[in-house]
Amino acid sequence: MTSALGSVASLAARAGGTVVRQVRSVLEHGNGPGAASAPASGWLVVSIYREPTEIDATSLPAPLAAYGDRIETRIRPAPGGKGSELAARLIQRDSGSAPGPARLTGSDPQGDLRSALRKAKQLIEVGEVLAVDPTPHGKRNATPAGAALEAATKRAPKGGVL
Amino acid sequence: MKAVTWRGVNEVGVEDVPEPTILNDHDIILEVGLSVTCGSDLHLLGGYIPAMRAGDVLGHEFMGTVAEVGKNVTKHRVGDRVVVVSFTSCGQCWYCKQELWSLCDNGNPNPGITEALWGQAIGGCYGYSHALGGYAGSHAPYMRVPYADQGAFAIPDGVSDERALFASDAAPTGWTGAHQAEVKAGDVVAVWGAGGVGQMAARKAMLMGAERVVVIDRFDNRLQQVRQHIGAETLDYEEVDVPAELREMSGGRGPDVCIEAVGMEAHSNGPQYLYDQVKQQLRLQSDRPTALREAIYACRKGGTVFALGVFGGLVDKFPMGAVMNKALTLRGAQQHGHRYIPEILDLMSRDEVKTEHLATHVMSLDDGPKGYRMFKDKEDGCVRAVFRPGT
Repeated sequence: MTSALGSVASLAARAGGTVVRQVRSVLEHGNGPGAASAPASGWLVVSIYREPTEIDATSLPAPLAAYGDRIETRIRPAPGGKGSELAARLIQRDSGSAPGPARLTGSDPQGDLRSALRKAKQLIEVGEVLAVDPTPHGKRNATPAGAALEAATKRAPKGGVL
Repeated sequence: MKAVTWRGVNEVGVEDVPEPTILNDHDIILEVGLSVTCGSDLHLLGGYIPAMRAGDVLGHEFMGTVAEVGKNVTKHRVGDRVVVVSFTSCGQCWYCKQELWSLCDNGNPNPGITEALWGQAIGGCYGYSHALGGYAGSHAPYMRVPYADQGAFAIPDGVSDERALFASDAAPTGWTGAHQAEVKAGDVVAVWGAGGVGQMAARKAMLMGAERVVVIDRFDNRLQQVRQHIGAETLDYEEVDVPAELREMSGGRGPDVCIEAVGMEAHSNGPQYLYDQVKQQLRLQSDRPTALREAIYACRKGGTVFALGVFGGLVDKFPMGAVMNKALTLRGAQQHGHRYIPEILDLMSRDEVKTEHLATHVMSLDDGPKGYRMFKDKEDGCVRAVFRPGT
């Protein structure tokens, strides 16, 4: 289970909800429609609304370029006029990668790559990466629910099903 | 600056928050003129969308004046009077280019949360939880608007602030429902919910040529607004058997298009309401789909049901048998307002869309808690509580 998902699930699970327990079960076992598990191949893919000829594989946006030879990438046309499919995977991956333990230690290479792909997509499509912080807000209460949500939000750019 | 904030479940506050700053080159800072409560805010207040933090600024339906522009903003200048769509959408991804703006790939900085819950992330929304981006809301004197060339629209001269305000969310959401449900000339259209969104869905259905448009609710003043300002027919579900009345009004067929503009906290008469309440409170379902069920049962064979009210998670006792065997088309969406707002503003300028009647109570930000209480409890016939930060 990703910590982001786990935190969201935990928020609602405070109420002792069966719904949330079901969601949690799906996420923990990584076998349902909302599961955040990575494909066995290790490839993470985003579709970019640009023709493949408009994406320079030798000069990818900084978030991916920073990986250097630690990743391999591939670009191919997306069917149906949906642009291009930009994929990336780590050259060195943990075998049978179980993301949970790595994330508990703060290390999440797969999540980092997911975030880099999202940023690369934004840079190619929009020209900049959307920021949200600092956002105006009032007094934050130090509550378990607030802490869980903050953790989920921090992880949100890396989490998900990409 | 002062802002109306979410402090906890059923707790609204007014507190000092920092002023927003430009973070991206396509941002503007807006001096908020008017900002209005929305029925979907009540799901946040009630704790049904558990992704709010104490201190989050509420509000996603608003208009105002441009106070500052980022260096890549080309369509707006300081001093422009604009209305802003509640969804943040980049305008460049495949979804935006298909005019499915609320599905934007890039507008939500926290995509992992909704990807996990729904399979994919949708765009962001101001003041609508960290699941939809964690943006500050509009119940404040100033707010940041990203992708301003896409999401801010100049208000034509002659359209009042009070009218233009509802081109931010209520009207384009209603437009989304009727248009995406593909209402056709001669259709009978039923709309559940006589709030701002339901009224606007009814108005769009009429403009699309529907033969009869029927709006269903239980509050006399809202049904009166529908008859007086929208020109649609009404049914009070506390007085009549709604499916039976709709069958009679549609030659025994049932409505061609059924638009549910109620969402996850639906009320109804009868034991199923109690059943849904109990299951929701026990977290055995996250949403109460009472009106949606009725829409599915009432819809004619081969018709279209559109879920326009906000749902967040899972529902129970969903009548899939009716959907499948009656060959219904079931659709839903958050608003694709970027697509509809220019048309709405044009119609507003020609008095073909009027919305001022929705703003039943206008007050200052200091009255934020009172405004939400009146809106939630329908006190004094409150249809929408509107905040004017400058007062």
